[in-house]
Amino acid sequence: MGRTITEKILAAHTTQKGIRTGMLINARVDIALGNDVTAPIAIAEFRKAGGVNVFDKEKVVLVPDHFTPNKDIASAEQCRIVRQFAREQGLTNYFEIGEVGVEHALLPEQGIVLPGDLVIGADSHTCTYGALGAFATGVGSTDLAAAMLTGEAWFKVPESMKFVLHGQLSKWVSGKDLIIYVIGKIGVDGALYRAMEFTGDTVRTLTMADRLTMANMAIEAGAKNGIFAPDETTIAYVKERAKRGYTVYDSDPDATYASVIEVDVTKIEPQVAFPHLPSNARGISSVGNVPIDQVWIGSCTNGRIEDLRVAAKVLKGRRVAPYVRLIVVPATPTIYRQALKEGLIETFLDAKAAVSAPTCGACLGGHMGILAKGERSVATTNRNFVGRMGHPESEVYLANPAVAAASAVLGRLAGPDEL
Amino acid sequence: MKFTGKIWKFGDNVDTDAIIPARYLTTSDPEVLAAHCMEDADPTFPVKVKKGDIIVAGENFGCGSSREHAPIAIKAAGISCVIARSFARIFYRNAFNMGLTIFESRDLWERVAEGDELTVDGDEGLIWIAKGKESLAVEPIPAFMQELILSGGLMSYLAAKRRSGNGR
Repeated sequence: MGRTITEKILAAHTTQKGIRTGMLINARVDIALGNDVTAPIAIAEFRKAGGVNVFDKEKVVLVPDHFTPNKDIASAEQCRIVRQFAREQGLTNYFEIGEVGVEHALLPEQGIVLPGDLVIGADSHTCTYGALGAFATGVGSTDLAAAMLTGEAWFKVPESMKFVLHGQLSKWVSGKDLIIYVIGKIGVDGALYRAMEFTGDTVRTLTMADRLTMANMAIEAGAKNGIFAPDETTIAYVKERAKRGYTVYDSDPDATYASVIEVDVTKIEPQVAFPHLPSNARGISSVGNVPIDQVWIGSCTNGRIEDLRVAAKVLKGRRVAPYVRLIVVPATPTIYRQALKEGLIETFLDAKAAVSAPTCGACLGGHMGILAKGERSVATTNRNFVGRMGHPESEVYLANPAVAAASAVLGRLAGPDEL
Repeated sequence: MKFTGKIWKFGDNVDTDAIIPARYLTTSDPEVLAAHCMEDADPTFPVKVKKGDIIVAGENFGCGSSREHAPIAIKAAGISCVIARSFARIFYRNAFNMGLTIFESRDLWERVAEGDELTVDGDEGLIWIAKGKESLAVEPIPAFMQELILSGGLMSYLAAKRRSGNGR
C-alpha cells in the first residue's frame, strides 16, 4: 500500500516498522527549535529532568525573535536565559541581535532546515518548513526540553488531507490568498491533527516564498503539519544553502488520504480574513468600507523579500493616507540588506512608512506597533484572534502584502486595483 | 482521579491568546500568568475563579500558539480539569506534559450551564451532572497519563523514572 510523504519522513526517523496512520512512534529529530518566549521554560524543564548537555549542539536551535530587540526588563531577562544557555552549551545555531530574524524566515534562508528533515519547534508556526518537503510541527516547551535532552520526540502518525490546486493565479493573488481561501473553506479546525498536503499544477508554479506562507498557516486550520513535495523550485532554493545532505520524498500515487479537496484557483481573488478568526475569509471585492488605523507588513508569514517587493511596487510614488501608520518589518537581516540594495527601503520611507529591525514584534501583540482600543490594523500576519495585536477591542484583518500596501495608501481595506 | 467543581463555560475555538494574552509572555511565573488567565474572554475569570473549578468548552479548545504558558496559567488559576468537545493538537499535548487534566466530551457542553457543579471520575470514565442525578460516559485517563499528571508533568515524571532507575 502506498504511503504519503508525511508517513515516509516519519518512518525514516524511527526504528519502528510498519508505520501507518494512527500509530504512536518515537522519532529522532533533526532540528529542535526554541525562541525567547518558549525556550526559557524548556531550559528550566531540561535542568529539572537532570539535563547537563543537549543531545547535539548543532541540532538545538535558539532564536530570540519575539520580544527582541528587548522590549522591556522582563523580556531582557528571558533573552538572557536563552543567551546564557546557548553560550554554555556552545550551540552552533544561536542568533544574536544583528543576525537574528524571524525564526521561520531565518531557518530556511540559512539552510538549517532541509528536505526530508524531521523538525520540532516550540512555536506553532514551525509547520512553515513543510514548504521544503520536511515534516515540521509545533510543540510546547516541555516537548522541546525532552528533545533537547534525548534527541527524540513522540508522534502519532497523522492522516493526510490532499489539496489539489489547479489553474493559474489571477493578478495580485499569492500563496497568502490561497491558504486563507482554503482555511475559509475548511475552518480553523478543518485539518485538526492532520497533515495538509498541497499538490497540483498550480503548486508547481508557486515560488518558495508562496509555499512557505501556505505551510506557515496550516496550523490555522488546526493541522499538525503542512507539506509540499520538493520539485525543481525547492532544489534550486536549497542547493545553494545546504551545508549537509538531504533526502527528497514524495507521496506514492496510491497513498491513502482522509480526504481529497480540489481547488480551482482561477476563481480566487485576493482574500482578507476578518476578525476574529483566520477562517473569516472574504474576497477583496466584497469587503465593503472598512477604515483602518494601521498596516503591518512583516512576520514569518509575509516578511520575505518577495513580499517586500510586492509592497514596494504598490507603494512606489505613493504616500500612506493621513493619520494611518504603516510599519514594515523585513523578517531577517539578509532580507533587510537585499531590500536596501533594491531600493525598497527607500520606497517605504518615501511613502512615509516606518521600517523596523527584524522581530515578531506586533504580530503577537508584543511590541513595535500595538493597537489601541477600537483600532483596526491590516496585517500580513497569520492570526487575528481577539487582542492578538493589542487591545482586546482592537481588530486585525489578515491580507497579502499588495492588499496591505494599497490599504495603507487609501486608509481603508482595499486592493491595489483601486489605486 | 476524581474532580468536583463549579463550571466556567466557554464556546468554540478558545485560542491561546484568550487563555493568556501574549503581552504577558515576558514571564513564565505561574502566579503572574494565572492573574491574567482568560481575562480577554471573561475579565471576571481571573478574579473569581476558585480552586477546583472546571472549564467546559466547545470545539478546538486551545487553538493558536504553542505557548505552554496557556496550560500553566489554567493550572495555576486553580482549574482542576478542562472538558471540551475537542482540543487543538498542541494544547492537548502541552496539557498532559504540564500535568493539566483534560477530557473530551461531545455531549457535555449542551447539558450544563455556567455555575453548575459537576464531578468527573477519571478512573471510571463518568461525568456526573444535575446534582449527581445524570451521568455521561467519558474516556478514562490511561494509567500512564495518570502517572504523568500525578508527577506534575512529563519532565518531573522522567526525572522520577531516572531516579528510580527505570528510565533512560
